[in-house]
Amino acid sequence: MKEMTYQEMGLLEEEYEQIVGILGRQPNYLELGMFSVMWSEHCGYKNSRPLLKKFPTEGPQVIQGPGENAGVVDIGHGQALVFKIESHNHPSAIEPYQGAATGVGGIVRDIFTMGARPIASLNSLRFGSLDDERVKQLLAGVVAGIGDYGNCLGIPTVGGEVYFNQAYQGNPLVNAMCVGLVNTNEIAYATASEIGSPLMLVGAKTGRDGIHGATFASEELSEASAQKRPSVQVGDPFMEKLLIEACLELIKEDLVAGMQDLGAAGLTSSIAEAASKKERGVKVDVSRVPRREQGMIPYEVMLSESQERMLIVPREGKEGRIAEIFEKWGLDATVIGEVTGDGWFKVYEGEVLAGEVPVAALTEGCPVYAREGLEPSYYKECRDFDLDELPEYDAGEALASLLASPNIASKRWVYSQYDHQVMINSVLVPGEADAAVLRIKGQQKGVAVTTDCNGRMVYLDPYQGGMMAVCEAARNLACVGAKPLALTNCLNFGSPENPHIYWQMQEAIRGMAKAAQKLGAPVVSGNVSLYNETAAGAIFPTPVVGMVGLLKDIEHRCGMALHDEGDMLVLLGPIREELGGSEYLQVCYGLEKGKVPEVDLEQESRLIEMLISLIEARLLKSCHDISEGGLAIALAESAIKGMIGFRVQWDWGVRRKDRILFSEASGRVVVSLDEKDLASLSSLATQYEIEFLELGRVGSDRMIWEEDGIEFVNLAVQDAARIWGEAIECHMK
Amino acid sequence: MKFGVVIFPGSNCDRDCYHVIKEVMKKPVEYIWHKENSVAAFDALILPGGFSYGDYLRTGAIARFSPLMSAVMDFAQAGGLVIGICNGFQILLEAGLLPGAMLRNSSLKFICQPVFLKTQRNDTPFTNKFKSGQVLKIPVAHGEGNYYCDPRTLQKMKDKGQILFSYCSAEGEDTMEYNPNGSLANIAGIMNEKGNVLGMMPHPERCSEEILGGRDGFNIFASMINWLEGVGE
Repeated sequence: MKEMTYQEMGLLEEEYEQIVGILGRQPNYLELGMFSVMWSEHCGYKNSRPLLKKFPTEGPQVIQGPGENAGVVDIGHGQALVFKIESHNHPSAIEPYQGAATGVGGIVRDIFTMGARPIASLNSLRFGSLDDERVKQLLAGVVAGIGDYGNCLGIPTVGGEVYFNQAYQGNPLVNAMCVGLVNTNEIAYATASEIGSPLMLVGAKTGRDGIHGATFASEELSEASAQKRPSVQVGDPFMEKLLIEACLELIKEDLVAGMQDLGAAGLTSSIAEAASKKERGVKVDVSRVPRREQGMIPYEVMLSESQERMLIVPREGKEGRIAEIFEKWGLDATVIGEVTGDGWFKVYEGEVLAGEVPVAALTEGCPVYAREGLEPSYYKECRDFDLDELPEYDAGEALASLLASPNIASKRWVYSQYDHQVMINSVLVPGEADAAVLRIKGQQKGVAVTTDCNGRMVYLDPYQGGMMAVCEAARNLACVGAKPLALTNCLNFGSPENPHIYWQMQEAIRGMAKAAQKLGAPVVSGNVSLYNETAAGAIFPTPVVGMVGLLKDIEHRCGMALHDEGDMLVLLGPIREELGGSEYLQVCYGLEKGKVPEVDLEQESRLIEMLISLIEARLLKSCHDISEGGLAIALAESAIKGMIGFRVQWDWGVRRKDRILFSEASGRVVVSLDEKDLASLSSLATQYEIEFLELGRVGSDRMIWEEDGIEFVNLAVQDAARIWGEAIECHMK
Repeated sequence: MKFGVVIFPGSNCDRDCYHVIKEVMKKPVEYIWHKENSVAAFDALILPGGFSYGDYLRTGAIARFSPLMSAVMDFAQAGGLVIGICNGFQILLEAGLLPGAMLRNSSLKFICQPVFLKTQRNDTPFTNKFKSGQVLKIPVAHGEGNYYCDPRTLQKMKDKGQILFSYCSAEGEDTMEYNPNGSLANIAGIMNEKGNVLGMMPHPERCSEEILGGRDGFNIFASMINWLEGVGE
């Protein structure tokens, strides 16, 4: 093995000097490796920590905020949801199948490490243009990887989002979210409290895969990245399934004092995290770590990111019972070390001390960089772009083009490869509603989950775009009847060392924090993925929001499909005419410009409350939020889902139709309801001060928009369904 | 009457089947760990879906050697009711309790979606609550459901009425167009000659409650209960 220098490990000169200062000597190779992975952005958040502090993290529903393996929120009746989203971007760019699969494996371990049974997976994916052959391979590989891993575990993949844009051409994003259900009295934490407690390692054997994965995740992608393929781990979902069942049995019998999964930075990170919670030390003997390769040096053992491994700190005297349970599941558990009281992380190989560093130096000691952001010049240029100069497209043609855009078209090709029904809790599945809805067996309540982010909007205006991402997630939950509880986020950006990128981070986080505060959905967990760049430039800033919500009564839920002839179609929220950042501009003019429509947080918050009231009162037959493609696409999707048409009367004079049809301004939804319920809707709208507008009626097998008796859009629902339904499949053939 | 749900390492529909029998059908049910070697306490066995042994080697190929399987085979030979769902079906094939084998889906992709099934007979322990020819809507979720057997076996199964469910349209038209995985003769579920062992790729436990979007699976379990109670014979 060729030894790496500290620069190759991703450390700066001043960081190296700092390490020498801490140890009072030069670090050896093992110690240097331990510092470099723990001080990587991926583990240490050294560039993002000051910004992350801006997020609201508290609320009466929050049981555990950031700082543990995942966040925890109370859902009543002694139950809680445990959830988190995490990136696996760089590995997926190099090896899409294993990269995505192990991304799922990692986030699932974070959830059951907390004692929760994983009940749902979601994901948020970004790729380059789907016309590109390499992108097709990436999409196929990532979807197969997520599917094969999650399907084998028996955790339903119930939701997510996929976008295609040139900005992600060489640097796709693969963010995976997992949600677990736990009894509040069974939540497990990652602590190693009692001095003398053994550290047990269980699961897969340790190999050389994934060494320096955390470092690799914290640098830009280049031609040389392909040579880092050995940094991509290989997943074994069967092993993970055994670990889930065995670990949950340990929790049920209250056998563990602390449990920690081995993720980024492997043994080094999991042991340091477990020890640091109670300011303990540890000593570990690497010669006891079961290996699957010969001749591994301590450095390799401590930094390996081999998947499907867990670290267990047993309760006193429970080692025997723990070993029995692992044996039942065919798993080997090995004692590899013990908790000490001296605050040092000591690594032995047999009797020989191979390296020692203070635990605190690895964790809290990670340097933090507060950088200066600088507004990039593109921001004002894009914002001041005058859209009135553009000729107006024929509305019918534009609608058909948008339906075929991979960003809007049906994602059936993707989600039909995911088992979204196993565990038999999936009440609203992908494609049926704006959020997935799960029942909780034996309870009246239900849970809704979603992931959202429009990277283009965040690029054009990070502050507004950040707010939009949070608002859209909350609105999507409200559209099924759920009250937003809390969120997790995955902050995907370019290099923080670039002041323009740092500005994007600052502004996006400022917007997200403000919206999260206003909507009462604190941030309880998350992950930061920086250096998402290639030689062609940085990705769109993409702070993905994963949000969970609660339905009081799952019988009162709402999907997006139109139902019955004669029902009224109503727009809740104002008519808006801003086209900035819209899919329409991109698809019809090839433009990604314009002023991003401003978010009205007060209105958004009232709209969300109103939607929940409407659905609880069973007044709505369908509800669908307006996002990509605007009002016209929201209506078209509801029609396609219900396979029934509508007729909308144009009532807005001579204004440009495209502005009204395709604006993606937030704070709006389209609903359908029985005419007899219109009065109740009207009084609620007055109560919540939400504008509403009767658009027309459900009926026939065509989507018709008419003005003064002239039909300017007339499209058969069946044709629209075909265009929308087959677009991605056609690309992938 | 007691149902048993077998758990192999990697089974993942075990809890779903257990839930349906206990909470929906309101019948006694217990899990059976794959290392046990008796099923004497049970009247009907469910081999659930999942990825037993991670699908390593071939689907169902390793589970078939679990200690419990010889007891399951004796139980089946003695006429006990056995239903294998998805991976359970694959295990029944590997164990030789049902003829034929599974290939990967013709699309080479895992597929999760609702499908329509035509009930070919209603005089069996598994379908006595249906009308003959009734079309059911039940979800599939598998990567290897492309059933295959040699022409002689197929002919024999046809002659003996062993093909119980075939993929079809909502109207009951069973052409290839409605076949999600490329299976021979649109086969979705088959019985042994005696008619006491059923293997099917679709998941009846996923559609036994209205809240999950349909109840067509309910009547498969209800038929089994009917039969065991002597009503359906």
